[in-house]
Amino acid sequence: MTESQRTPLYARHVELGARMVDFAGFAMPVQYDSIKNEHRAVRETAGLFDVSHMGQIHLSGQTALESAQRLLTCRVDSLEIGQVRYGLLCNSEGGCVDDVTVYREGPSEFMFCVNASNIEKDRDWIRDGLVPGSEIRDRSAETGLLAIQGPKSAELLDRLCPKSEEPNPSALGRFRFSTYTTQAGPVLISRTGYTGSDGFEIYLPAEASRSLFDLLLETGQADGLEPAGLGARDTLRLEAALPLYGHELDDTTSPLEAGLARFVKRKQGGFIGHEAMEAREKQGRSRQLVGFELLERGIARADYPIVSEDRQIGRVTSGAPSPSLGTAIGLGYVPPENAALGTELAIAIRQKNVKARIVTTPFSKKS
Amino acid sequence: MPEFSLPDENRYSQDDEWVRESDDGLHRVGITDYSQQQLGDVVFVELPEPGSKFQAGQAFGVIESVKAVSDLCMPVSGEIVEVNAELEDAPEVVNEDCYAGGWLVGIRIDDAAQFAGLMDAKAYGEHVASRSDD
Repeated sequence: MTESQRTPLYARHVELGARMVDFAGFAMPVQYDSIKNEHRAVRETAGLFDVSHMGQIHLSGQTALESAQRLLTCRVDSLEIGQVRYGLLCNSEGGCVDDVTVYREGPSEFMFCVNASNIEKDRDWIRDGLVPGSEIRDRSAETGLLAIQGPKSAELLDRLCPKSEEPNPSALGRFRFSTYTTQAGPVLISRTGYTGSDGFEIYLPAEASRSLFDLLLETGQADGLEPAGLGARDTLRLEAALPLYGHELDDTTSPLEAGLARFVKRKQGGFIGHEAMEAREKQGRSRQLVGFELLERGIARADYPIVSEDRQIGRVTSGAPSPSLGTAIGLGYVPPENAALGTELAIAIRQKNVKARIVTTPFSKKS
Repeated sequence: MPEFSLPDENRYSQDDEWVRESDDGLHRVGITDYSQQQLGDVVFVELPEPGSKFQAGQAFGVIESVKAVSDLCMPVSGEIVEVNAELEDAPEVVNEDCYAGGWLVGIRIDDAAQFAGLMDAKAYGEHVASRSDD
């Protein structure tokens, strides 16, 4: 077995009593104290995550915009400098190579924030798809990434950014970013996240992450800020019905099947995989992502069969108890004819059919 | 390694369960403090019907934390006589009070020698310590 990579905060997590697990080749904290408590902190006050395992690939050159338009399913031509957008990278069959956020840092400068498990795959795939006159640089290893998420995160972050800077992080619009100088040095802050709560992601030089992590914990302690691990990150994103690559998305899944049509420029086109995706749609979808809630005791987990009239019709992609709702929720693929809201079906849990109902997503309202 | 409690009056299994004789000659079974700490927040417990019989080491139920599903294994062979129905609505009691309110099942042991063969608190403490050194 190869040794897990460590983020610059590894020793700090261990010091804080975190349980460390391997995630996408990185030793990451799954929880510090309790997933439920960390989840609650994000919904009610704020939580601080180390997500330095994620990758950052920078795109530049005269044709960078053209390349970005070709690589991403979302529109990049209308993206303003200082704006972020969610989008997908698709293969020529219309399946998802990865789901990413794209930052426009200049007229011809973009940053893709990509999943840790896909850094190498994305880098190769992006390089192959570039229009001549564009180049990429993978800065994943030298970049740290912290996420502060929850209703109090804006107020806490403002304290670390000198008043002279405009706008303060709290004045940033959703999916906007700007650079700041903190006591820990220069950072890029964006009002984005993966929890379904208001929050920010902070990009900074890897070697400065420990210092900023500690500053944030210190300033937020009295307000209820808690360090939070990947366990809470997963239950939070599931309540918000945000897809996780490797679960809801993979190389064979079209973003349209995954319910992500609003992040696909179907009319404008011109991106890799568009034609195949439309051809697949024309034939008719074989499956569609739905959110469900269990009506009986039990917890649905990834890969459990979804059953209707004693026949397996689909598969759970993610499932967990929802700390906010107190019920068990999940996402999974079913044929379109079984995908209507309110449809009752069952999840096979250890050979027993447990009743479930298709419900609207996100499961919990934004806090 | 974090601290965990190990009451002397219990016997312990390799699979991180405690067994304790109750006044009525039955034995109560639960998971250890070390085990509940490792699991994290317990969110679901599935227990067998009273009257079912299991061999030592056989799975008799399931315990789920937010992240994981684990089998509960019989520390000794025997018959399930009672189950802790309270855990159906309050599985978190396993975290809060694993040695008392968080008991799982009451069993009638087939062979007293198997119970006597379980570890005492000191031996179980060493068993856990040796494992975490791996």
